[in-house]
Amino acid sequence: MYVVACIKQVPDTTQVQIDPVTNTLKREGVPFIVNPFDTHAIEESLRLKDRFGFRVAAITMGPPNAEYALRKAISMGVDEVILLSDRAFGGADTLATSKVLTEAILKLSTKDEVPLIICGRQTIDGDTAQVGPGIATRLNYSQLTLVDRIEHIDIENRKIIVRRKLEGRYEIVESILPSLLTVVREINKPRYPKVPSRLLADESEIPIWDNKFLKLDEQTIGLKGSPTRVVKIFSPEREKGEIIGDGLKDPEGAAKLLIEKLLSKELLPF
Amino acid sequence: MTAQNVFFGIIVIASLIFFSWSCYKRFNLVTLGKPENRFQNVWKRLMGVLVYVFAQKRVINKPFGFNHFFLFWSFMILLLANTEFLINGIFPNISFALLGKPLNHGLLFLFDIVSFIALICVLNAFIRRLFFTPSYLETPYVKAKSFDALLILSLIGILMLAYFGIHGAEIILTDINLHTYMPFSNITSKIFANFSIPTIENISQVSWWVHAIVLLTFLNYLPYSKHMHILAAIPNCYFRNLEKPNTQPREIFKKGMQYGVSKVQDFTWKDLLDGYACTECGRCQDACPAYNTDKPLNPRQVIHDMKINLLENGKYIKKQENPKVPLISNIGEGSISEDAIWSCTTCGACLDICPELIEHMPKIIKMRRFLVEMESKFPEELLNLFENIEQRSNPWGIAPADRVKWASYMNVEEFNADKNEYLFYVGCAGSFDSRNKQVTLAIAQLLNTSGISWGILGKEEKCCGDSLRRLGNEYVFDKIAQENVTLLKNKGVKKIITQCPHCYNTLKNDYKQFGLDVQVIHHSELINKLLDTKKINIKHPADNLGNMVYHDSCYLGRHNDIYEAPRNVIELSTGNKPIEMNRNKNNSFCCGAGGGRMWMEENLGVRMNITRVKEAVDKNPKTIGVACPYCLTMFEDGLKDLKLNNIYVKDIAEVVAETLRTDN
Repeated sequence: MYVVACIKQVPDTTQVQIDPVTNTLKREGVPFIVNPFDTHAIEESLRLKDRFGFRVAAITMGPPNAEYALRKAISMGVDEVILLSDRAFGGADTLATSKVLTEAILKLSTKDEVPLIICGRQTIDGDTAQVGPGIATRLNYSQLTLVDRIEHIDIENRKIIVRRKLEGRYEIVESILPSLLTVVREINKPRYPKVPSRLLADESEIPIWDNKFLKLDEQTIGLKGSPTRVVKIFSPEREKGEIIGDGLKDPEGAAKLLIEKLLSKELLPF
Repeated sequence: MTAQNVFFGIIVIASLIFFSWSCYKRFNLVTLGKPENRFQNVWKRLMGVLVYVFAQKRVINKPFGFNHFFLFWSFMILLLANTEFLINGIFPNISFALLGKPLNHGLLFLFDIVSFIALICVLNAFIRRLFFTPSYLETPYVKAKSFDALLILSLIGILMLAYFGIHGAEIILTDINLHTYMPFSNITSKIFANFSIPTIENISQVSWWVHAIVLLTFLNYLPYSKHMHILAAIPNCYFRNLEKPNTQPREIFKKGMQYGVSKVQDFTWKDLLDGYACTECGRCQDACPAYNTDKPLNPRQVIHDMKINLLENGKYIKKQENPKVPLISNIGEGSISEDAIWSCTTCGACLDICPELIEHMPKIIKMRRFLVEMESKFPEELLNLFENIEQRSNPWGIAPADRVKWASYMNVEEFNADKNEYLFYVGCAGSFDSRNKQVTLAIAQLLNTSGISWGILGKEEKCCGDSLRRLGNEYVFDKIAQENVTLLKNKGVKKIITQCPHCYNTLKNDYKQFGLDVQVIHHSELINKLLDTKKINIKHPADNLGNMVYHDSCYLGRHNDIYEAPRNVIELSTGNKPIEMNRNKNNSFCCGAGGGRMWMEENLGVRMNITRVKEAVDKNPKTIGVACPYCLTMFEDGLKDLKLNNIYVKDIAEVVAETLRTDN
């Protein structure tokens, strides 16, 4: 039986800036990381493996360099990885992406049953949180989002109980398997890769599934299959402050000016 | 040859065989360790034996060491006397008398004097152990008043008394004129003078047998006691590490290999030899900042536990079976706890003080390597550190683009080998930590004032990886070091200025293993030189800083021998020599941030930085001078915790910058 972790390689958004002229993301020189929420999905899959002996497969859709994310998954200990990469997949929105991932999981399930799929709650670049639910819908899996604890799994009776972390409250729900879970950071602490598995990850062949293999209608995937259009990307406007005094030459004077300013705007509590 | 001679001969030969067998059994266990090349530089090694063993260089660093010095030399000399004693006991015709009277009398005189000295030394040691017990002689498993220690002292004492018994009787029974050559035996002969000749003959016989039995017992007890150091000290000093312990060996990363030490046989043979060399003097324990702030680490205990583990597991390891006592565990004697392993600040105080040149800290790092690289087991705070350094090239995980923010206050060039002589490697603390950025600005100001040409790597600068290496994350350190060395080589860097002793040590000593061969200069050395050569001129002394104590950073001082430069800088810029703390220079006490401890919680024992701040405050300073960003942070935090907001902590660069201010 498989537990599948769906992961995504994203730019390290803390290092991404928006080009003020073209309003596009300046991605040059920005390193890629595994979407942080997805590392929790990998960790939870590995914990289920330890408990129930599942085989863990990590899959991602992306350009060829997305194999970095899969190598990271191997270094954490997953058994199998699949890179879904094809020019036809490019430019996909969440709808088209979920179609490709769904098809891949269906292909995988011809090898062995897939009772559980785990995704991160959302990615840090798109922030839509739609791909996981999209896959669940297409596969007709029960959909358990924002999970911060798996309370109980009963494989034989096909039952799962999880706790969902919602705004201001928790919700404990029971569902039938197969299920798709999206997990929040609080669910676990991702393990730090050991050196032997890092070396294994460096040497592993990464299998690539393209559309010749998945055979999806090219009109329904990639840019063509994506109804979403990005109209504009921009940084929210922030009022620019002013520099008062000279903190280097006269720190005391500058501090005085600052405090006067804050007092005049009634920003200090005295 | 009488029957007694034959009988004695059999005892001596049996004893020697048993002694050799015991030694073989113990030293043979050392060969279970991994190979390590400690054979090069024979002359340097031999000189080391002369200095550390025969001249007892480190032993006499402490006053009581002189007692050992005299005992050691008495023993060396009495080795001759005792060899003659054993041979003479079997072959009565062979003795020093064959050497002729003058030489024989000379030797008798020497032996008599040193036997007395040895007796006094043993008495001193007894009194110290029983009545003036220093706290550092005690550990949970080895007590100051241990049977082992007291037995050996008693045996030596009895040996000397028996010697005087034999020779006191000899003076009366053989040649009364001998008394001129044996002043102390003469005292016993005076005591015996009133006895009848047969009684004296009996005393002589009894003394002789007591001497013989004690001597052979002593010999055979040695390999089973801490006095094994008598046998292990010479090889241990000979095979010492010729380099300072400021770097760790590289690892080769290949599939199927094990990293670090998890079992006693993963240590090298030299590590294992250290176990036998330990005399349990407790000096490392007395110097260790972790032990002295109630952490579960005691360097002496680490060595002891390693030795016990080897002795317990040796027979199983030989049979290729799994060891029965785990090396890393908190089950007790013979095992080293993870808490102990993570408590080390790698300050190097234990190595610096050990009279036997035992290498404690490198063993701890080897065990850390196992825990991090094979088990991913480490205090959880380190997870962020490891990922931040690997992904964002700095310990805090701040966006790498912010690395040059400090430079927005002034015009700083990016390093260009055609234009700049020096690269200023700012380091993570100097680039991201708000307090340490002020130090960076002070250094930049001084560099500009001096007129030397310098630049920075800017956004391309990355963490040097010091904490990673000391924490045992060698895999990631190795990657970072290779990247950094390639970058520095590609940029054509020849001279590097660092403000952090940790960067300094890593760039200078660790990166050598990665092929970096450049001049690395700590800012204290450079500023000292710039002041000396009048490239920087003091406008007015920084007397507003008041009394200043100086704290030696471990990685600047002990690990790299830079003690005078920062002191000179303080003297030149304040007009006064810095006040010395009680523990200073190579005896300095760590601030608590080294060895990756900067990034870990200090949940056990009392806080190391507070202990050190209190020591500084005892000297009544207005300012505490430091030359390390970690020390700066630790001292400021300590002062805040103690609510001492009228004492300032200044980096020496800030002290000099103070003298250049124009507005006072």
